[in-house]
Amino acid sequence: MSRNGTAVVQTIDLRKEYRMGTNVVNALAGVSVRIETGEFVAVMGPSGSGKTTFMNLLGCLDRPSSGKYLFEGHEVSAYDHTDLARLRNQKIGFVFQNFNLLPRITALDNVALPLAYGKLPRSERRTRAAKALEEVGLGDRMDHRPVQLSGGQQQRVAIARAIVGSPSLILADEPTGALDTKTGVEIMGILQTLNDRGITIVLVTHEHDIAEHAGRVLTFRDGRMIRDEKGMGRRAGAPAPQGQPHLVAVAGH
Amino acid sequence: MTPSDLFFSALQSLRSNTMRSVLTALGIIIGVGAVITIVAIGAGAQANVEKVIEQIGSNMLTISPGQARDGGAAQGAASRPTLTAEDANAMKTVPGVTAVAPEVRGPVQVILGNQNWRTNAVGITEDYFTVRGWKMSRGRNFEDWEIDAGEKIVILGSTVAEKVFPGSDPLGQIIRLDRVPFTVMGVTAAKGQSSFGQNQDDVIFVPLKTAQQRLLGGRLIKPDSVQQIAVLGRIPKELDIIERDLAELLRDRHAIVPGRADDFMIRNTAEIFQARAGVVDVMTLLLTAIASVSLLVGGIGIMNIMLVSVTERTREIGVRMAIGASRSDVMMQFLIEALALSMIGGIIGIVLGMVCAQLTAHFAGWPLRIEVSSILLAVGFSAAVGIFFGYYPARKAARLDPIEALRYA
Repeated sequence: MSRNGTAVVQTIDLRKEYRMGTNVVNALAGVSVRIETGEFVAVMGPSGSGKTTFMNLLGCLDRPSSGKYLFEGHEVSAYDHTDLARLRNQKIGFVFQNFNLLPRITALDNVALPLAYGKLPRSERRTRAAKALEEVGLGDRMDHRPVQLSGGQQQRVAIARAIVGSPSLILADEPTGALDTKTGVEIMGILQTLNDRGITIVLVTHEHDIAEHAGRVLTFRDGRMIRDEKGMGRRAGAPAPQGQPHLVAVAGH
Repeated sequence: MTPSDLFFSALQSLRSNTMRSVLTALGIIIGVGAVITIVAIGAGAQANVEKVIEQIGSNMLTISPGQARDGGAAQGAASRPTLTAEDANAMKTVPGVTAVAPEVRGPVQVILGNQNWRTNAVGITEDYFTVRGWKMSRGRNFEDWEIDAGEKIVILGSTVAEKVFPGSDPLGQIIRLDRVPFTVMGVTAAKGQSSFGQNQDDVIFVPLKTAQQRLLGGRLIKPDSVQQIAVLGRIPKELDIIERDLAELLRDRHAIVPGRADDFMIRNTAEIFQARAGVVDVMTLLLTAIASVSLLVGGIGIMNIMLVSVTERTREIGVRMAIGASRSDVMMQFLIEALALSMIGGIIGIVLGMVCAQLTAHFAGWPLRIEVSSILLAVGFSAAVGIFFGYYPARKAARLDPIEALRYA
């Protein structure tokens, strides 16, 4: 977790243009940023500011029009679809505002799904998925389907799905947006615990309360990053290694 | 995703929309079922024809008096020379001929006391039963000398034996045919219906000469006329040569000058049935082609429903891509789903087709013949339909932009 080592994410003049008829929209107009291993970064900005485009690029769901994107030191702007899919599968975990669990399969199968795409043997998938669910405090809900779970529980399943492949980076897009305040705090607690373990987290939010959990806040406007503030939140500075506390304790199960 | 993951995931998805899956598969079920049934019926009809050919013998020629023609105008029946027993005797000298069976045929009244039965009498020689595939169930066949002597003896077909001698032994009994008393020498084994549905056992047999002189004499053109001669060749391959030799012999015997038409007809009976079988083949092919259209329509149904499914599950596809599904993973998922749909339809269709074929065979009295090749073909065809019509929707799913897909409401 040295700050001198390779950054998890480094972008150099990252740009994304969309063509809308004859108009060219600069969704992202040159963003350079470096995010070190173990950081907890919040991304803020009004809608249309380019933060969603930035997140999509970080998550390798999209490719930049120009500029460079280095993921753990590898230039990924030139990766093809298959390489990007593999990278997402192995290195990145996504947490969405509306959970995005597959409705017809159990919590355990949802969590195990990334491992299936990672071509792990079935028995190992189940073991690791069960472990991930236990870590988010849902060891007793493994065979429930998403509709049988509350919003907070569904988001915890989604977090378990994000961490099951031991990713280097978790991208959370307004993870508390669809939850009440109390449940939102629980979810943030889980994310903090993950960060304490050294997982880099980048989180998009509208709410300053949520951003305060992060050690660094990037503010976007009109496709540019207009502020990069460190140390404004509780997580200022480098994360202090705290061993491996059990997530459930923090989550206030 | 391992193949079994894909397979179970496909089943799961199909099961979650059971009604829709069943209705979609119905097109394939009907198509495959129809193809299996039609092919089985065709094969059954073919087998039936083969059975008939086997019965009549594939190395038999039948010669009958033809219509004499003179410059296109058919001459009156009495004007033509007819076949005679002498012609039949002469045919025995043709190389390759193993048996010659001339016959005459006409209606007679069988009388025993107050029993009265109208049937057909056939005047035959000793070879007749061999050539026509008759077997004796009791008593014995005529012998040469009895035929030459014009003995008044008779062999009964099994139907006649049952009708005239219900529950008693006909052997050695005297019956009257029209007004002439005959002694019963034997009874033939039942042969059942002919391929035209006639009862072949409603018949009696008498020596050829007896029939010509005592029973049918008045109705024959010449006293020793015969109505048909069946010739058995040694092997089917020689039949063409025998046919040519027989024609030459008859033209010579009937003194037909070159340029004049034959006054007889030689038919290769097996060939006629084979031609009939050929018609069945063509019909089968035609009907199979029509049934295949149903498969095509079923395939389009699959494509349609898969397109709906891809649209409905756009967000799911986005999620799967976000957590690491590659384009080919998504492609395979939907292809396997389409394939599962068509294969399940195909398997149900095969079962349905086999049941229909069984029923048809049962009611038509045909041998049931479901060919493995038609089942393999049906399986292969439904798989091909699934892949062909599943490809476009699957590709559409695979080409989705994950960002757009995740945003899909």
